[in-house]
Amino acid sequence: MDLKDKLVSSFMAFENNVDVEHPVHDIRSEAIKNFEEKGFPTKKEEAWKYTSLKGLQKIDFSIFPKEVNALGYKDVKKFFLHEIESYKIVFIDGIYSSFFSETTHDGVDICLMSAALTKPMYKQVIDVYFNKIASKDESLTTLNTAFSREGAYIYIPKNKMPKKPIEILHFSTGNEASLMLQPRSLVVVEENAEVQIIERYQSLTTNEVLTNSVTEIFAAENAIVDYYKVQNDVKTASLIDNTYINQKSKSVVKVHTFSFGGKLTRNNLNFYQNGEHIDSTMKGVTILGYKQHVDHHTLVHHIEPNCESHQDYKGIYGENSTGVFNGKIIVDKIAQKTNAFQQNNNILVSDKATINTKPQLEIFADDVKCSHGCTIGQLDEDALFYLQSRGIPKKEARALLMYAFANNVLESVRIPVLKSRINRLIAEKLGVRLGFDL
Amino acid sequence: MAYTEEELKKELETKEYEYGFYTDIESDTLPVGLNEDIVVAISKKKDEPSWMTEWRLEAFKVWKKMEEPEWANVTYQKPDFQAISYYSAPNSKPKYNSLDEVDPELLDTFKKLGISLDEQKKLAGVAVDIVMDSVSVATTFKKTLAEKGIIFCSISEAIKEHPELVKKYIGSVVPQKDNFYAALNSAVFSDGSFCYIPKGVRCPMELSTYFRINQAGTGQFERTLVIADKGSYVSYLEGCTAPSRDENQLHAAVVELIALDDAEIKYSTVQNWFPGDKDGKGGVFNFVTKRGICEKNAKISWTQVETGSAVTWKYPSCILKGDNSIGEFYSIAVTNNYQQADTGTKMVHLGKNTRSTIISKGISAGKSQNSYRGLVQVNSRAKNARNFSQCDSLLMGNECGAHTFPYIEAKNKTAQIEHEATTSKIGEDQIFYCNQRGIETEKAIALIVNGFSKEVLNKLPMEFAVEAQKLLEISLEGSVG
Repeated sequence: MDLKDKLVSSFMAFENNVDVEHPVHDIRSEAIKNFEEKGFPTKKEEAWKYTSLKGLQKIDFSIFPKEVNALGYKDVKKFFLHEIESYKIVFIDGIYSSFFSETTHDGVDICLMSAALTKPMYKQVIDVYFNKIASKDESLTTLNTAFSREGAYIYIPKNKMPKKPIEILHFSTGNEASLMLQPRSLVVVEENAEVQIIERYQSLTTNEVLTNSVTEIFAAENAIVDYYKVQNDVKTASLIDNTYINQKSKSVVKVHTFSFGGKLTRNNLNFYQNGEHIDSTMKGVTILGYKQHVDHHTLVHHIEPNCESHQDYKGIYGENSTGVFNGKIIVDKIAQKTNAFQQNNNILVSDKATINTKPQLEIFADDVKCSHGCTIGQLDEDALFYLQSRGIPKKEARALLMYAFANNVLESVRIPVLKSRINRLIAEKLGVRLGFDL
Repeated sequence: MAYTEEELKKELETKEYEYGFYTDIESDTLPVGLNEDIVVAISKKKDEPSWMTEWRLEAFKVWKKMEEPEWANVTYQKPDFQAISYYSAPNSKPKYNSLDEVDPELLDTFKKLGISLDEQKKLAGVAVDIVMDSVSVATTFKKTLAEKGIIFCSISEAIKEHPELVKKYIGSVVPQKDNFYAALNSAVFSDGSFCYIPKGVRCPMELSTYFRINQAGTGQFERTLVIADKGSYVSYLEGCTAPSRDENQLHAAVVELIALDDAEIKYSTVQNWFPGDKDGKGGVFNFVTKRGICEKNAKISWTQVETGSAVTWKYPSCILKGDNSIGEFYSIAVTNNYQQADTGTKMVHLGKNTRSTIISKGISAGKSQNSYRGLVQVNSRAKNARNFSQCDSLLMGNECGAHTFPYIEAKNKTAQIEHEATTSKIGEDQIFYCNQRGIETEKAIALIVNGFSKEVLNKLPMEFAVEAQKLLEISLEGSVG
C-alpha cells in the first residue's frame, strides 16, 4: 500500500480518537477529501519541479506513534537553548511531554494545540484563526489539516510580551522503524504584542522520520514576531515545513531559517500582507553536504500599498547536495509604493553539488521598487590568497570567507544565545574551529 | 494648452496599426483543416523529394499525440487547428529573376510596409528574401552573394537544389518532436529562408527576410535555417508584419541556427505583427521556436525587438556545445493594450569556458502582461561557465503587469552566474526634469524609454535600429503612467 492510501485509510482510525462533533472536524473532513483527490505533489508540478517526494513515499511510515518513549534529560539537554531562560513546548514522537516543557497561562497562552482544539475557553480564537490562512488546496497542507490534533498554541494578547523566548522542540526517539509526524501550530500575536519563537525538529536515532508540519502565524497591527527555524537534523530525517503568515498594518515579522541538516527539507514560507506599512523579512543560511536536499520556497504577496519585504538567502553546497531556491513576489494592482527585495547567493564547493534557483517576480502595480538578484559562484581566489599570505591555513581561510558570506543573515538574529549557537553550528559544519567566539 | 492624460489616452486608442492593410492579390489557398492528405498536398505543391514528405509526415504523427503547452503566463482562446488553411500562396508566377517581374501590387505592398525593395537594394545593400503568406516571393542580391559562394534562397528552393545541406541540418537543432508548435511547423511549413555561408567567408551584407500574413484565415508556418560554416560570419535580419483583422491569425515559425567552429551568427528580429485593436480583438498569435547551436569558439547573438502580436511565446535559445563558445541574447519586448508576451531565452552551457549574456528589457503599458522567462543551465562538465543576466521591466499605468521567471540550474562548482532583475516605473522627477527643459511629456517618455532600451538597441544593425526606435515610440505613444 502506498503512503497516500495508507494516510487516507487511517483517517477513519484517527476519527475514533478525536471529537467528531467539534466544528474543527468539518475542516478536517474537507481537507482529507482534497488530499485524496490531489495526492502527493509530483515533479510535474511547477512548484515541485526540483524536489521529488517519490523516495519518501516508498517508506512504510507509521502514522500513529506508540506510547511515549521516556527520554532522560541528558539525552535532550544539548538541544535546548536555555535551561530556564525560555518557555518550552516539547513533543516526543509527536506527543506532548509535560516533563520537559515549561508552558504558561500568565497573561499569555503558551500551551498546546490539543487543548486549544478541545477546551471551550479557546473556542473563540480557534473559530477566528484556525485554518484561516493555511492553503485549502495545497495537498500537503491539507494533509496536515486533516490530521491536525497536536502542536504548539501561542496566543499573545494586546500589549503583551512573554518574558522569555519560546522554544518549540519536536524529538523523535526512533521508537518506530519509520515515523511520520504532522504537528500543527497556531501563533496569534495581537496588537502591539511581541514574541520570539525558536523551532527545532530533532531525531535522536537514525530511523526514518518524515515531518509534515503546518504553522499559522497571525500578526495584528504593530505586532512584532521573530521566528527562528533551526534545521540541523540527522541524515535520515525529512521535513516539509509549511508556514503561513498573515500580517496586519505596521506589523513586523522576521523568519530566519538555518538549514544545516536533514535528508530532504522543504520550506514553504508564505507571507500575506493584509495592511499597510508592513515589514516582512525572510533570511536563510543553508550549508549542506552528503546527499542532502534543501528546497526554500518563499512567497510574498503584497496585497496593500506601502509595504516592504526583504529576502536574503545564502547557500553553501558541498559533496552531492542539492539546493533549491524559489522565491516569488506578487504585487497586486493596488499595492503601490511597494518595496520588495530578493537576494539569493550561492557557493558551490563540489563538482557534484547542484543549485537550482528561480527568483520570480509577478508585478501588477506600476509605482513599485522591486528587484531581485541571484548569483552562483566560488570563493574569491584573491581573498583566499590574502588570508593565506597572512598565515591563516587554507581550510580556515576558506571557512572564514564562507562565514563572512553567511554573516549578513546572522546579523539580524536578536537572541544573543541563539546567535552564538548558530555560529558554532556553522563552524562545525565548515569543519573548523574559528579562533573567536562570536 | 497642456497635453492631458485623457487626450493621450484617446490618441493612443485611436492610433491605428499603420501596417494594417490588405493586399488584394489572388491567392492559391488549400482548403482549411489538417490531416495527412493536407501535409502530403503541401509537400506535393512544393515539388518536394520524398524524404521531405516523409519527414513532414513523421512530424505530423508526433504532433497528433502532443498537447498544446499551457505553462506560459498567457491566456488566449486556443486556435482551432482544423479551421486554419495551411497553405496560401500569392497566385502569381512563383519565381522572379528581377524585381521588374514582380506583381506591381505586391511591390506596392512592400512600399506601404516601408521596405522599398529597390531603395533598400541600392542604399542599404541588404539582400532581402520576402515571404508573403508563407511563400517566398523574392530574393534580392542573389547573384552578388553567389559569387562568394553564399547560398541565400527560400527553403523550398534549397530542398530542391541543396538537399544534402538541408537533409543534414534540418531538425538537428529543433527536432520535430521538440514541442507542440515546432512539430506542427515541421509538418506543414510552407516556406522560409535558407542561408549557407561557406568556410571562412564573411558575408558582405546584411541578409534579411520579411514575413507577412496577408490572406485571412491562414496560418503562417515558415522555417528558417542558417548555417555558418567554419570561421564564417553572417548578420541576419528578420522583420514581420500582418494586416489587421478581427480574427486571430497564427504564426508558428521555427528558426534553426548552426554555427560551426569559429563561426559567428548575429540574428536580429523586429517583430511587428498586428497586435489586435485597443479592445484586444484580433491580432497574431506568435508561437515561435528559435534555437541555435554553437560549436567550438562559435558565437550566436540574438537580438529582438518585440512590439507586435496579441500573444507572443518565444524563447530564442543557444546551446553552447563547443568549448569557448558564446551566446548572447538582447531583447526589448513592448506590450500595450491587451497584448501578452511571454518571452526570454535559454542558455545551455555544455562546453568548457562558455559564456552567455542576457539583457532583457520589458516595457508594459495599457492592460498588457509582459513576462520574462529564461533558463540558464550549466552542465556538470561545463567548466568555467560564465553567465550574466539582467532583466529590467518598466511599467506604465497601473493596469499592466510585469513578471520574471528566471530558472537557474548549476551543476558545476566553477560556474559563475549572476542574475539581476528590477521593476520600476518612469520617475516623475525624470519627466519633470525634461518638462523643465521644454521637452513635452510625450517626448520625454520616448526619450526615457529609448535610454532604458539603449543597451539592446545598440546591438541592432543600423538600418534596423532606426526602425526599431520608431516602433518603440509608436507602440508606447500616449501611455503616460
